[in-house]
Amino acid sequence: MVSPKTFQQIDKTARDMERGVHDSIHNGAKVTSEKRYATLWHDYPDPDKLRELAGKIKQHTLEHLDEYLPKAEAALKGNGAQVHFASDGDKANEIILKIMQQNGCKKMVKSKSMVSEEIHLGPYLEKNGMECLETDLGEFIIQIDDDHPSHIVKPIIHKNRRDVAKSFEREGLGDYNDDPETITRRARQFLRHKYLEADVGLTGGNFVSAESGRIVLITNEGNARFCMAATKIHIAVIGIEKLVPSDRDLALYLNLIARSGTGQQLTVYSQFINGPKAPNQPDGPEQMHVIFLDNRRTDVLASDCREILRCIRCGACLNVCPVYRQAGGHAYRSVYPGPVGAVLSPLLAGSRFPELADLPKASSLCGACNEVCPVNIPIPDLLLRLRDKGKREHAKAASAGTPPMGMYALLASQPHAWRGAMVMGKTVDYAPQALMNIVPAAQAWTSVRKLPPWRGGKFRHWMKSRNKAG
Amino acid sequence: MHLERATPASRDIQLMATCLCDAFFDDVAQATVEVLEHLGCTVEFPEDQTCCGQPAFNAGDWNASRKVVRHGLSVFKGDKPVIVPSGSCAAMNFHGALLEFEKEPDLPAVQQMAGRTWELADYIVNGLGVTEWPGKFPHRVALHRSCHLRGTPSGEAALTLLNSIEGIEVVPFGEAEQCCGFGGAFSVSFPNVSKAMGQLKVEHILEVQPEYLAALDMGCLLHIGGIIDKENKGLPRLHLAQILRDALKG
Repeated sequence: MVSPKTFQQIDKTARDMERGVHDSIHNGAKVTSEKRYATLWHDYPDPDKLRELAGKIKQHTLEHLDEYLPKAEAALKGNGAQVHFASDGDKANEIILKIMQQNGCKKMVKSKSMVSEEIHLGPYLEKNGMECLETDLGEFIIQIDDDHPSHIVKPIIHKNRRDVAKSFEREGLGDYNDDPETITRRARQFLRHKYLEADVGLTGGNFVSAESGRIVLITNEGNARFCMAATKIHIAVIGIEKLVPSDRDLALYLNLIARSGTGQQLTVYSQFINGPKAPNQPDGPEQMHVIFLDNRRTDVLASDCREILRCIRCGACLNVCPVYRQAGGHAYRSVYPGPVGAVLSPLLAGSRFPELADLPKASSLCGACNEVCPVNIPIPDLLLRLRDKGKREHAKAASAGTPPMGMYALLASQPHAWRGAMVMGKTVDYAPQALMNIVPAAQAWTSVRKLPPWRGGKFRHWMKSRNKAG
Repeated sequence: MHLERATPASRDIQLMATCLCDAFFDDVAQATVEVLEHLGCTVEFPEDQTCCGQPAFNAGDWNASRKVVRHGLSVFKGDKPVIVPSGSCAAMNFHGALLEFEKEPDLPAVQQMAGRTWELADYIVNGLGVTEWPGKFPHRVALHRSCHLRGTPSGEAALTLLNSIEGIEVVPFGEAEQCCGFGGAFSVSFPNVSKAMGQLKVEHILEVQPEYLAALDMGCLLHIGGIIDKENKGLPRLHLAQILRDALKG
């Protein structure tokens, strides 16, 4: 069967994807989706109630950010941390560089942080003469491959172990060996030294309790802990939406995020960071800096898509999404892929919205994302709102390949013309096409599917004749 | 996304036949009338009805969509239940239209319509309280879980009705929660992704060798059926209403 012609980038990416890459993504996403479902429904009688509650608490926090953010700031300072606010990525990068320069630091070890990807921290630091090493195994492989993450939780979902073995061989990390345990052992051996050499450990933050200023970090590799074990300075760069009101709320989110993201009951490591090293503690960073990043989040908060800021980055919506499974994360051309990315990325793009306005179109609006979301974000509704925005703002990327709706709307608001078109459908081309909104692209439909025979007006005729007979 | 409505619902109803039944699937609309009449309903079919506005809504052209919805509001007047043999068109009435009319002055009219719209299976089981269906349908049926039933009681309602029919075997199949890939304009603007999704759906369905594929939405069946026919797989499709009607005859 010939691949149908397409005008949409995400569709092209899916069409042109190598079979092996497709299978890695598809199977990886599918298996994790199944694990998520099994764990959640095994452990809780009604996980949907938990998702709703978690969504409400996050929404509440967002709507009272003006209260919770100062509260978190005060608590963090009370714990001995220094708090910074960065209005955008450049400001955050500058703050980080300045901290490093002022303290004579050269080497940073980094635990997985989506926000640092968002602000392009790595390239910025390298440009300014700093060394910046990813320590999450997946991110480390992304870094040595000069690649980009294609998944929020599993950045190398698009690679298989043979790909990784080749990269390790190329980088001088041993002979070719695609045994996952060997690969992990080699990475560990390499990274352990780096932790000891580094001056700064950088992390994100999965949650911040406004009440206590506790920063919660979850990992499966323990690398976030290592990033803080031998370094003098810990920097946490965190989106302002990561707040939760109190420590009590963490139980709900920690239970949901692991089950939703990987199908684990809890991640292997959950760290609660209460500040820098206390005088009576033998080790730990002497300084702790927390950078709260806005980077258009307040714009999103002011928009009619603010629910997307509830997101806790579990990746469940990516795993369940049939479009993500076909197209992979790179297709979304932004840090946040999949359904959440299709909403968040165009919004965070600001004036570059038109470039990413096609992302919200890449969905059949099936709603699977909403159904698995641990904070119950109505993603399909938000995609629809962004489609409306794309249309109103004449974003070309959004309209490519979408049939115009003018003729359809005209016909569908004039009953006489509509009925005529129904009966005439067989001979008048525009009727069925306007109805099915496949005007310029009927071929795109029929190249892979057959259309059933046109039977316009038959039901109306039947209805009328029996009314007469009756 | 689903509204609570007063039950038991009135049996004096208006039928929204949907544009797909108007254009392609007249027998589905006919079966819907026959099923409703079997239940003692008085069916009014407002002649001037066209479409629910969903194609333009999903395509992002909310101006065009509102025009069509407004026409619908002028056609479906009064307070009779509006019965729709399609999960997605019903959801357009009780969810989609509310979104696109959020800031419009005629939002109350949309809300009024939303509050009396029922998807067919939901109406029969939850609106009328009918949970057993008479007659026979001695066949293996695969029921596709149309996406617009998520978060509504319609999917459960359809299963309740089907499982109560004598002789029927509803066969489960793999990855039932996955979309068939239709999505209206999505199937045209993302043809490769849509095709891959549809083919995966067809594979899973054929694997369990049903005699019929059933759904509560002709959009899904147009798409899945289109792929089945293009690939000459020869699996007939039925809307739930057709099975209920045929069971009465059996």
